[in-house]
Amino acid sequence: MFSEFLQFLFTGITIGATYALVALGFTIIYNASHVINFAQGEFLMIGGMATVSFMGMGIPMFFAIILAVLLACLVGVALQRLAIAPAKNADVVTLIIITIGASIFIRGIAQVVWGKDYHVVPPFTGNEPIRLGGAVLNSQSLWVIGIGAVLVVALIVFFTRTLIGRAILGTSMNKLAAQLVGIKTQMVLMLAFGLSALLGSVAGVTVAPITFTSYDIGILLALKGFVAAAMGGLGSGLGAVVGGLLLGIVESMTAGYISSEYKDAVAFSMILLVLFFMPRGLFGGRTVERV
Amino acid sequence: MTKKSLLRRAGVVAASLTASVLMSAQAAEPIKIGSFLSVTGPASFLGDPELKTLEMYVEKINEEGGVLGRQLELIHYDDVGNASNARNFAGRLIRSDQVDIIVGGSTTGATMAAAPLVQQAGMPFISLAGAVTIVSPVQEWVFKTPQSDRMAAERILWDMERRGFDKIGLISGTGGFGASGRKQTLEVAGEYGIEVVADETYGPSDSDMTAQLTNISNADGVDAVLNFGFGQGPAIVTKNYAALDIDLPFYQSHGVASDAFLDLAGDAAEGLRLPASPLLVPAALPDDDPQKAVVQGYKEAYEERWDSRVSTFGGYAYDGLMLAVQAIEAAGSTDKAAVRDELEDISGYVGVTGIYNMAPDDHNGLAPESFRILEVKDGDWMLVD
Repeated sequence: MFSEFLQFLFTGITIGATYALVALGFTIIYNASHVINFAQGEFLMIGGMATVSFMGMGIPMFFAIILAVLLACLVGVALQRLAIAPAKNADVVTLIIITIGASIFIRGIAQVVWGKDYHVVPPFTGNEPIRLGGAVLNSQSLWVIGIGAVLVVALIVFFTRTLIGRAILGTSMNKLAAQLVGIKTQMVLMLAFGLSALLGSVAGVTVAPITFTSYDIGILLALKGFVAAAMGGLGSGLGAVVGGLLLGIVESMTAGYISSEYKDAVAFSMILLVLFFMPRGLFGGRTVERV
Repeated sequence: MTKKSLLRRAGVVAASLTASVLMSAQAAEPIKIGSFLSVTGPASFLGDPELKTLEMYVEKINEEGGVLGRQLELIHYDDVGNASNARNFAGRLIRSDQVDIIVGGSTTGATMAAAPLVQQAGMPFISLAGAVTIVSPVQEWVFKTPQSDRMAAERILWDMERRGFDKIGLISGTGGFGASGRKQTLEVAGEYGIEVVADETYGPSDSDMTAQLTNISNADGVDAVLNFGFGQGPAIVTKNYAALDIDLPFYQSHGVASDAFLDLAGDAAEGLRLPASPLLVPAALPDDDPQKAVVQGYKEAYEERWDSRVSTFGGYAYDGLMLAVQAIEAAGSTDKAAVRDELEDISGYVGVTGIYNMAPDDHNGLAPESFRILEVKDGDWMLVD
């Protein structure tokens, strides 16, 4: 009985950690511009697919990951320069629609360059799962959780302690005022897209050993990641992680104890409830306090 | 083959010879083969190899002198996996292109959308899509080359029965392929004396199925587990299965019968069984297997021409085209009713997918035995049966 519960919990953590890491990627651009970047999933995809393709050229995994992350950053910056910047006076909804268009474009290119097959990224440390109290935990999940934790701390430090981080927050609160105090808002936005791509591609590589990777993995992962981010309160790093883990654990418990048919229904009902009673999400209040 | 049909065949050959002489004398018009396929879009993994196969073999047949002394002309449209496009294109093929036969329809949706039009127009149509609904109930002008998912379920259950399993756990994807496979499995399981004691599902974007597998392995008296699904899901199920150390025989469906699946699942796939086209294991087929030469020939030709791995789906197009050519040759003309009758009369045609024996009540012509049972051994496919 207990080992069963433990197994469902571990499964939930594995799923939830993936969602959480993906959700984190939405925070930076949201904080900088209140734009929800629907091309975030494509950064994840580039992280995974580029790693596979660099490793295929014989580059060791560690360097392949670094190259893939750099490539994603370039794409992020290019996205801001070529698609977002030219529409500088457009409102948020228009920008969101631009990111949707960009995501379709990037996916199309990836399909031509890398093909349509699924690929496997080897786990960072061995294939052997960890056994604990009669249940098994995927060792890659620990990496996902660990990297998620590091990123949360890094994000909090970045937004509260560094000048650039504050500049990003300032830009999101009042673009004109930010410009008046000497913040180059276009520069800040470009930086935000670059950083967000970095975060996304790191997440993409880290979850790839669990989920596999393909040119369209971004759609699948980003959808649940976005839900997790919204539930945790958009813009909050801690919220993204809590939202992701909660979503994963609820899904896995429902699949385990009720029926796998209902797991998405239960998860989404929970989100509706959370957003009904706490429209800003679980940790959404924080953003306001920072003012 | 009976003596009578032999005689008739000889007559037909003689007639077609005469016809071809006559035709070439007047430098005949090409025979138009129409096609609508999902070359791009979500079902492009089907349509892409199918189109490549059709192009390649139309070229090859033309180089070798064509059919009935006439060249073949392939007219194809890309339906992008959209059924209403498929319907429009089928209409265009029939009315404005005035093709002689249609070989196409990558997905069941596209095929079923086009079926009423070909029925109305009296156009022979060979579909390349999977579901059993295409040929059951039989529609006069509609044929298909792939085995149905029902046959896959029957083949798997047959192997389970043979190994003495009577209680199985089922896990399936909620996508079209998995959902249909689940339905067929539940329907036919009883005929093999097999009871499905656990029935779990997973969504197309799920990244871990350990919870479902835990429930299956805890079900009372379960002897074996079957996964019906498509895409990356079954590979994740396979990895989770191995991680949980479940000590039960594991089956997958033909949906993952490709080398790409082995790359994804790695060591975790060791020992699992699935039904598949012999195209996966041409080398493992015994020399006296009638399909060996056909399968090897197609695989080599495709891989040399396109520099990419051959897929089962391209094989459906190969069989579709060859059945069409054979029917036209047997009919000695492109008269649609005659071609249709000859299609229905095809027997013993050895294709890539299987050996076709069409009949008025069977417009697919394959037996469950056309699926070979394969087992993964040392990271490769091994032929069990």
